[in-house]
Amino acid sequence: MRSGKILISVSIFLVFFIGLEASGQKIEYIKVPDLEKILNNKENKLLVVNFWATWCAPCVKELPAFEKVAGEYNESKVRFIMLSLDFPSQIESQLKPFLKKNNLTLDVSVMMDTDYNSWIDKVDPQWQGNIPSTLIVNHEKKTRYFHSGEIDEPELRALINKFL
Amino acid sequence: MKKIVMVISTALLLVFQVRADGPFRPGDKASDFSLKSVKGEMVSLADMENARGFIVVFTSNVCPVAKKYEQRVIDLHSVFSAKGYPVVAINSNDPEANPGDSFEAMKKVASEKGYAFTYLRDESQDVAKSYGATNTPHVYVLSKKGENLKVEYVGAIDNNSDDATKANKTYVADAVNSLLKGESVTVPSTKAIGCSIKWKN
Repeated sequence: MRSGKILISVSIFLVFFIGLEASGQKIEYIKVPDLEKILNNKENKLLVVNFWATWCAPCVKELPAFEKVAGEYNESKVRFIMLSLDFPSQIESQLKPFLKKNNLTLDVSVMMDTDYNSWIDKVDPQWQGNIPSTLIVNHEKKTRYFHSGEIDEPELRALINKFL
Repeated sequence: MKKIVMVISTALLLVFQVRADGPFRPGDKASDFSLKSVKGEMVSLADMENARGFIVVFTSNVCPVAKKYEQRVIDLHSVFSAKGYPVVAINSNDPEANPGDSFEAMKKVASEKGYAFTYLRDESQDVAKSYGATNTPHVYVLSKKGENLKVEYVGAIDNNSDDATKANKTYVADAVNSLLKGESVTVPSTKAIGCSIKWKN
Protein backbone atom coordinates (compact mmCIF):
# COMPACT_ATOMS: atom_id res chain seq x y z
CA MET A 1 0.00 0.00 0.00
CA ARG A 2 2.72 2.39 1.09
CA SER A 3 5.02 1.41 -1.72
CA GLY A 4 2.09 1.96 -4.09
CA LYS A 5 1.84 5.53 -2.88
CA ILE A 6 5.56 6.04 -3.32
CA LEU A 7 5.37 4.59 -6.80
CA ILE A 8 2.57 7.01 -7.68
CA SER A 9 4.54 9.94 -6.27
CA VAL A 10 7.62 8.87 -8.18
CA SER A 11 5.68 8.54 -11.41
CA ILE A 12 4.03 11.92 -10.88
CA PHE A 13 7.48 13.39 -10.27
CA LEU A 14 8.86 11.69 -13.39
CA VAL A 15 5.98 12.86 -15.57
CA PHE A 16 6.44 16.37 -14.22
CA PHE A 17 10.18 16.23 -14.77
CA ILE A 18 9.94 14.80 -18.28
CA GLY A 19 7.23 17.34 -19.04
CA LEU A 20 9.60 20.12 -18.14
CA GLU A 21 12.36 18.60 -20.20
CA ALA A 22 10.06 18.12 -23.16
CA SER A 23 9.25 21.81 -23.32
CA GLY A 24 13.02 22.09 -23.69
CA GLN A 25 13.44 25.59 -22.43
CA LYS A 26 15.90 26.62 -19.82
CA ILE A 27 15.12 30.06 -18.45
CA GLU A 28 17.57 31.92 -16.29
CA TYR A 29 16.33 34.71 -14.08
CA ILE A 30 18.95 37.39 -13.74
CA LYS A 31 19.54 40.69 -11.98
CA VAL A 32 22.09 43.46 -12.48
CA PRO A 33 25.09 41.65 -10.88
CA ASP A 34 24.41 38.63 -13.13
CA LEU A 35 24.23 40.89 -16.17
CA GLU A 36 27.56 42.42 -15.21
CA LYS A 37 29.01 38.95 -14.84
CA ILE A 38 27.79 38.04 -18.32
CA LEU A 39 29.14 41.24 -19.86
CA ASN A 40 32.52 41.05 -18.11
CA ASN A 41 33.02 37.33 -18.32
CA LYS A 42 36.43 36.66 -19.80
CA GLU A 43 35.65 33.38 -21.54
CA ASN A 44 37.20 32.85 -24.89
CA LYS A 45 33.96 33.09 -26.86
CA LEU A 46 32.20 35.74 -28.81
CA LEU A 47 29.22 36.92 -26.79
CA VAL A 48 26.01 37.88 -28.59
CA VAL A 49 23.27 39.30 -26.37
CA ASN A 50 19.91 40.11 -27.91
CA PHE A 51 17.58 42.33 -25.89
CA TRP A 52 13.99 41.44 -26.66
CA ALA A 53 10.50 40.85 -25.25
CA THR A 54 7.46 38.89 -26.35
CA TRP A 55 5.47 42.15 -26.45
CA CYS A 56 7.90 43.67 -28.97
CA ALA A 57 6.77 42.72 -32.49
CA PRO A 58 10.04 43.54 -34.32
CA CYS A 59 11.92 41.54 -31.65
CA VAL A 60 9.76 38.50 -32.23
CA LYS A 61 10.21 38.91 -35.95
CA GLU A 62 14.00 38.64 -35.73
CA LEU A 63 14.12 35.62 -33.39
CA PRO A 64 14.22 33.09 -36.24
CA ALA A 65 17.29 34.85 -37.66
CA PHE A 66 19.06 34.41 -34.32
CA GLU A 67 18.02 30.75 -34.12
CA LYS A 68 19.25 30.12 -37.65
CA VAL A 69 22.56 31.98 -37.36
CA ALA A 70 23.28 30.48 -33.92
CA GLY A 71 22.98 27.03 -35.49
CA GLU A 72 25.79 27.87 -37.89
CA TYR A 73 28.41 28.45 -35.18
CA ASN A 74 30.01 26.11 -32.71
CA GLU A 75 28.81 26.74 -29.18
CA SER A 76 32.43 26.81 -28.04
CA LYS A 77 33.06 29.80 -30.31
CA VAL A 78 29.94 31.92 -29.97
CA ARG A 79 27.60 32.22 -27.02
CA PHE A 80 24.10 33.56 -27.67
CA ILE A 81 21.93 34.93 -24.89
CA MET A 82 18.40 36.01 -25.65
CA LEU A 83 17.82 38.45 -22.80
CA SER A 84 14.10 38.90 -22.33
CA LEU A 85 12.80 42.16 -20.93
CA ASP A 86 9.28 40.87 -20.50
CA PHE A 87 7.48 42.33 -17.51
CA PRO A 88 8.14 40.11 -14.46
CA SER A 89 4.37 39.94 -13.96
CA GLN A 90 3.98 38.37 -17.43
CA ILE A 91 6.58 35.62 -17.29
CA GLU A 92 4.01 32.91 -16.56
CA SER A 93 1.24 34.32 -18.72
CA GLN A 94 3.27 35.48 -21.75
CA LEU A 95 6.91 34.45 -21.87
CA LYS A 96 6.64 30.78 -20.91
CA PRO A 97 3.73 30.00 -23.26
CA PHE A 98 5.55 31.89 -26.03
CA LEU A 99 8.75 29.88 -25.58
CA LYS A 100 6.81 26.64 -25.54
CA LYS A 101 4.83 27.50 -28.64
CA ASN A 102 7.82 28.70 -30.66
CA ASN A 103 10.25 25.99 -29.61
CA LEU A 104 13.17 28.33 -29.11
CA THR A 105 16.39 26.40 -28.64
CA LEU A 106 18.57 29.36 -27.69
CA ASP A 107 19.27 30.16 -24.05
CA VAL A 108 16.77 32.60 -22.67
CA SER A 109 17.48 34.79 -19.68
CA VAL A 110 14.96 37.12 -18.13
CA MET A 111 15.96 40.42 -16.58
CA MET A 112 14.16 40.68 -13.26
CA ASP A 113 15.53 44.11 -12.35
CA THR A 114 13.07 46.60 -13.81
CA ASP A 115 14.96 49.65 -12.55
CA TYR A 116 16.18 50.04 -16.11
CA ASN A 117 17.97 53.31 -15.57
CA SER A 118 20.35 51.54 -13.20
CA TRP A 119 21.72 49.21 -15.85
CA ILE A 120 21.04 50.40 -19.43
CA ASP A 121 24.29 52.39 -19.56
CA LYS A 122 26.25 49.33 -18.43
CA VAL A 123 25.22 47.63 -21.66
CA ASP A 124 26.06 50.65 -23.78
CA PRO A 125 25.98 54.38 -23.01
CA GLN A 126 24.52 55.02 -26.47
CA TRP A 127 21.55 52.75 -25.86
CA GLN A 128 18.28 54.61 -25.36
CA GLY A 129 16.48 51.52 -24.08
CA ASN A 130 14.71 50.74 -27.35
CA ILE A 131 14.34 47.10 -28.27
CA PRO A 132 15.27 45.06 -30.18
CA SER A 133 18.94 45.80 -29.63
CA THR A 134 21.95 43.53 -29.83
CA LEU A 135 25.34 43.62 -28.13
CA ILE A 136 28.37 41.76 -29.48
CA VAL A 137 31.46 41.42 -27.28
CA ASN A 138 34.81 39.84 -28.01
CA HIS A 139 36.60 39.83 -24.67
CA GLU A 140 39.84 38.54 -26.10
CA LYS A 141 40.17 41.24 -28.74
CA LYS A 142 38.53 43.78 -26.43
CA THR A 143 36.08 44.71 -29.13
CA ARG A 144 32.48 45.58 -28.53
CA TYR A 145 29.66 46.52 -30.84
CA PHE A 146 26.19 47.71 -29.97
CA HIS A 147 23.46 47.53 -32.58
CA SER A 148 20.34 49.58 -31.83
CA GLY A 149 17.21 48.39 -33.59
CA GLU A 150 16.28 45.49 -35.80
CA ILE A 151 18.81 43.22 -37.41
CA ASP A 152 18.36 40.68 -40.21
CA GLU A 153 20.03 37.36 -40.86
CA PRO A 154 22.81 38.46 -43.27
CA GLU A 155 23.59 41.48 -41.11
CA LEU A 156 23.84 39.37 -37.95
CA ARG A 157 26.06 36.80 -39.66
CA ALA A 158 28.29 39.54 -41.07
CA LEU A 159 28.66 41.18 -37.65
CA ILE A 160 29.53 37.89 -35.97
CA ASN A 161 32.13 37.13 -38.63
CA LYS A 162 33.56 40.59 -38.28
CA PHE A 163 33.98 40.40 -34.52
CA LEU A 164 34.86 36.71 -34.20
CA MET B 1 26.81 94.76 -48.85
CA LYS B 2 23.29 93.45 -49.13
CA LYS B 3 24.71 90.11 -50.22
CA ILE B 4 27.03 89.93 -47.24
CA VAL B 5 24.19 90.71 -44.85
CA MET B 6 22.13 87.99 -46.47
CA VAL B 7 24.94 85.44 -46.25
CA ILE B 8 25.56 86.30 -42.61
CA SER B 9 21.90 86.17 -41.69
CA THR B 10 21.50 82.84 -43.51
CA ALA B 11 24.52 81.49 -41.66
CA LEU B 12 23.14 82.74 -38.35
CA LEU B 13 19.78 81.21 -39.14
CA LEU B 14 21.46 77.89 -39.88
CA VAL B 15 23.43 78.05 -36.63
CA PHE B 16 20.30 78.76 -34.65
CA GLN B 17 18.41 76.03 -36.42
CA VAL B 18 21.10 73.56 -35.55
CA ARG B 19 21.04 74.74 -31.95
CA ALA B 20 17.31 74.40 -31.67
CA ASP B 21 17.53 70.86 -32.94
CA GLY B 22 17.80 67.71 -30.90
CA PRO B 23 18.39 65.38 -29.48
CA PHE B 24 17.47 67.68 -26.65
CA ARG B 25 19.28 67.20 -23.39
CA PRO B 26 18.57 68.80 -20.03
CA GLY B 27 19.58 72.44 -20.16
CA ASP B 28 18.91 72.79 -23.90
CA LYS B 29 16.47 75.24 -25.38
CA ALA B 30 13.48 73.33 -26.72
CA SER B 31 11.54 74.20 -29.85
CA ASP B 32 7.81 74.72 -30.12
CA PHE B 33 5.74 72.95 -32.77
CA SER B 34 2.34 73.01 -34.36
CA LEU B 35 0.56 69.66 -34.50
CA LYS B 36 -2.98 68.47 -35.07
CA SER B 37 -4.79 67.41 -31.93
CA VAL B 38 -7.39 64.63 -31.71
CA LYS B 39 -9.94 67.45 -31.45
CA GLY B 40 -8.97 68.50 -34.96
CA GLU B 41 -7.26 71.81 -34.20
CA MET B 42 -3.63 72.76 -34.65
CA VAL B 43 -1.93 73.15 -31.28
CA SER B 44 1.33 74.84 -30.26
CA LEU B 45 2.84 75.04 -26.81
CA ALA B 46 2.67 78.84 -27.18
CA ASP B 47 -1.14 78.53 -27.30
CA MET B 48 -1.19 77.37 -23.68
CA GLU B 49 -0.49 80.81 -22.31
CA ASN B 50 -1.08 80.02 -18.66
CA ALA B 51 1.30 77.07 -18.57
CA ARG B 52 4.50 77.40 -16.55
CA GLY B 53 5.90 74.44 -18.38
CA PHE B 54 4.95 71.16 -20.02
CA ILE B 55 5.18 67.42 -19.57
CA VAL B 56 5.68 66.35 -23.18
CA VAL B 57 5.13 62.60 -23.56
CA PHE B 58 5.96 60.77 -26.78
CA THR B 59 3.60 57.82 -26.64
CA SER B 60 1.68 55.15 -28.50
CA ASN B 61 -1.77 53.58 -28.29
CA VAL B 62 -0.39 50.10 -28.81
CA CYS B 63 3.11 49.90 -27.32
CA PRO B 64 2.75 47.63 -24.26
CA VAL B 65 5.07 49.82 -22.19
CA ALA B 66 3.11 52.96 -23.13
CA LYS B 67 -0.11 51.13 -22.26
CA LYS B 68 1.33 50.22 -18.87
CA TYR B 69 1.96 53.93 -18.33
CA GLU B 70 -1.34 55.25 -19.72
CA GLN B 71 -3.03 55.67 -16.34
CA ARG B 72 0.11 57.25 -14.91
CA VAL B 73 0.10 59.81 -17.75
CA ILE B 74 -3.56 60.57 -17.05
CA ASP B 75 -2.68 60.99 -13.35
CA LEU B 76 0.31 63.25 -14.08
CA HIS B 77 -1.98 65.56 -16.02
CA SER B 78 -4.65 65.62 -13.34
CA VAL B 79 -2.09 66.43 -10.64
CA PHE B 80 0.10 68.91 -12.50
CA SER B 81 -2.06 70.70 -15.08
CA ALA B 82 -3.71 72.78 -12.34
CA LYS B 83 -0.22 73.67 -11.11
CA GLY B 84 0.79 74.90 -14.56
CA TYR B 85 2.42 71.79 -16.00
CA PRO B 86 -0.07 70.09 -18.34
CA VAL B 87 0.69 66.84 -20.15
CA VAL B 88 1.07 67.21 -23.91
CA ALA B 89 1.08 63.75 -25.47
CA ILE B 90 2.49 63.22 -28.96
CA ASN B 91 2.08 60.15 -31.14
CA SER B 92 4.83 60.00 -33.78
CA ASN B 93 4.56 56.36 -34.83
CA ASP B 94 4.13 55.49 -38.50
CA PRO B 95 0.52 54.24 -38.75
CA GLU B 96 1.56 51.92 -41.55
CA ALA B 97 3.82 50.08 -39.14
CA ASN B 98 1.35 50.42 -36.25
CA PRO B 99 -2.21 50.76 -37.57
CA GLY B 100 -3.30 51.15 -33.94
CA ASP B 101 -1.47 54.48 -33.85
CA SER B 102 -3.40 56.10 -36.71
CA PHE B 103 -5.07 59.46 -36.16
CA GLU B 104 -8.48 57.77 -36.11
CA ALA B 105 -7.26 55.27 -33.50
CA MET B 106 -5.84 58.13 -31.44
CA LYS B 107 -9.20 59.91 -31.50
CA LYS B 108 -10.94 56.73 -30.40
CA VAL B 109 -8.56 56.02 -27.50
CA ALA B 110 -8.67 59.66 -26.35
CA SER B 111 -12.45 59.67 -26.24
CA GLU B 112 -12.80 56.19 -24.71
CA LYS B 113 -10.30 56.95 -21.97
CA GLY B 114 -11.48 60.52 -21.59
CA TYR B 115 -8.04 62.04 -22.04
CA ALA B 116 -8.10 65.48 -20.42
CA PHE B 117 -4.67 66.25 -21.88
CA THR B 118 -3.84 67.36 -25.40
CA TYR B 119 -3.07 64.42 -27.68
CA LEU B 120 -1.22 65.34 -30.88
CA ARG B 121 -0.39 63.59 -34.15
CA ASP B 122 3.22 64.08 -35.34
CA GLU B 123 2.46 63.08 -38.92
CA SER B 124 5.83 64.09 -40.40
CA GLN B 125 7.68 62.68 -37.36
CA ASP B 126 9.67 65.94 -37.35
CA VAL B 127 8.91 66.73 -33.72
CA ALA B 128 10.10 63.33 -32.49
CA LYS B 129 13.22 63.75 -34.61
CA SER B 130 13.96 67.28 -33.47
CA TYR B 131 13.45 66.35 -29.81
CA GLY B 132 15.46 63.16 -30.25
CA ALA B 133 12.71 60.91 -28.94
CA THR B 134 13.49 57.25 -29.58
CA ASN B 135 11.05 55.31 -27.44
CA THR B 136 7.53 55.26 -26.19
CA PRO B 137 6.89 56.48 -23.61
CA HIS B 138 9.65 59.10 -23.67
CA VAL B 139 9.14 62.21 -21.56
CA TYR B 140 10.51 65.75 -21.87
CA VAL B 141 9.72 68.11 -19.00
CA LEU B 142 10.00 71.69 -20.24
CA SER B 143 9.93 74.91 -18.27
CA LYS B 144 8.75 78.16 -19.78
CA LYS B 145 10.25 81.59 -19.17
CA GLY B 146 8.58 84.19 -21.35
CA GLU B 147 8.68 82.62 -24.78
CA ASN B 148 11.65 80.42 -24.01
CA LEU B 149 11.27 76.71 -23.44
CA LYS B 150 14.00 74.92 -21.54
CA VAL B 151 14.49 71.16 -21.27
CA GLU B 152 14.55 70.26 -17.58
CA TYR B 153 14.21 66.49 -17.68
CA VAL B 154 14.41 63.74 -20.30
CA GLY B 155 13.52 60.09 -19.80
CA ALA B 156 11.18 57.72 -18.05
CA ILE B 157 8.10 58.46 -15.95
CA ASP B 158 9.27 56.32 -13.03
CA ASN B 159 11.46 53.29 -12.38
CA ASN B 160 8.93 50.48 -12.65
CA SER B 161 7.04 50.14 -15.90
CA ASP B 162 5.51 46.83 -14.86
CA ASP B 163 3.89 48.02 -11.65
CA ALA B 164 3.29 51.63 -10.62
CA THR B 165 2.91 50.66 -6.97
CA LYS B 166 6.43 49.20 -6.96
CA ALA B 167 8.09 52.29 -8.41
CA ASN B 168 10.23 53.99 -5.79
CA LYS B 169 11.58 56.72 -8.05
CA THR B 170 8.96 58.96 -9.63
CA TYR B 171 11.26 60.87 -11.94
CA VAL B 172 8.76 63.08 -13.78
CA ALA B 173 6.68 63.99 -10.71
CA ASP B 174 9.87 64.73 -8.76
CA ALA B 175 11.21 66.91 -11.58
CA VAL B 176 8.02 68.95 -11.84
CA ASN B 177 7.72 69.29 -8.06
CA SER B 178 11.28 70.63 -7.92
CA LEU B 179 10.52 73.15 -10.66
CA LEU B 180 7.35 74.24 -8.87
CA LYS B 181 9.45 74.95 -5.78
CA GLY B 182 11.92 76.91 -7.88
CA GLU B 183 14.59 74.27 -7.40
CA SER B 184 16.71 72.54 -10.00
CA VAL B 185 15.86 68.99 -11.02
CA THR B 186 17.89 66.42 -9.07
CA VAL B 187 17.74 63.62 -11.66
CA PRO B 188 17.62 65.41 -15.02
CA SER B 189 17.79 62.35 -17.26
CA THR B 190 17.03 58.64 -17.11
CA LYS B 191 16.69 55.75 -19.51
CA ALA B 192 14.12 53.00 -19.74
CA ILE B 193 13.23 50.01 -21.85
CA GLY B 194 10.51 50.93 -24.30
CA CYS B 195 9.16 50.33 -27.78
CA SER B 196 11.18 52.07 -30.45
CA ILE B 197 9.35 54.82 -32.33
CA LYS B 198 8.24 53.35 -35.66
CA TRP B 199 9.88 55.53 -38.30
CA LYS B 200 8.58 55.90 -41.82
CA ASN B 201 10.84 54.45 -44.49
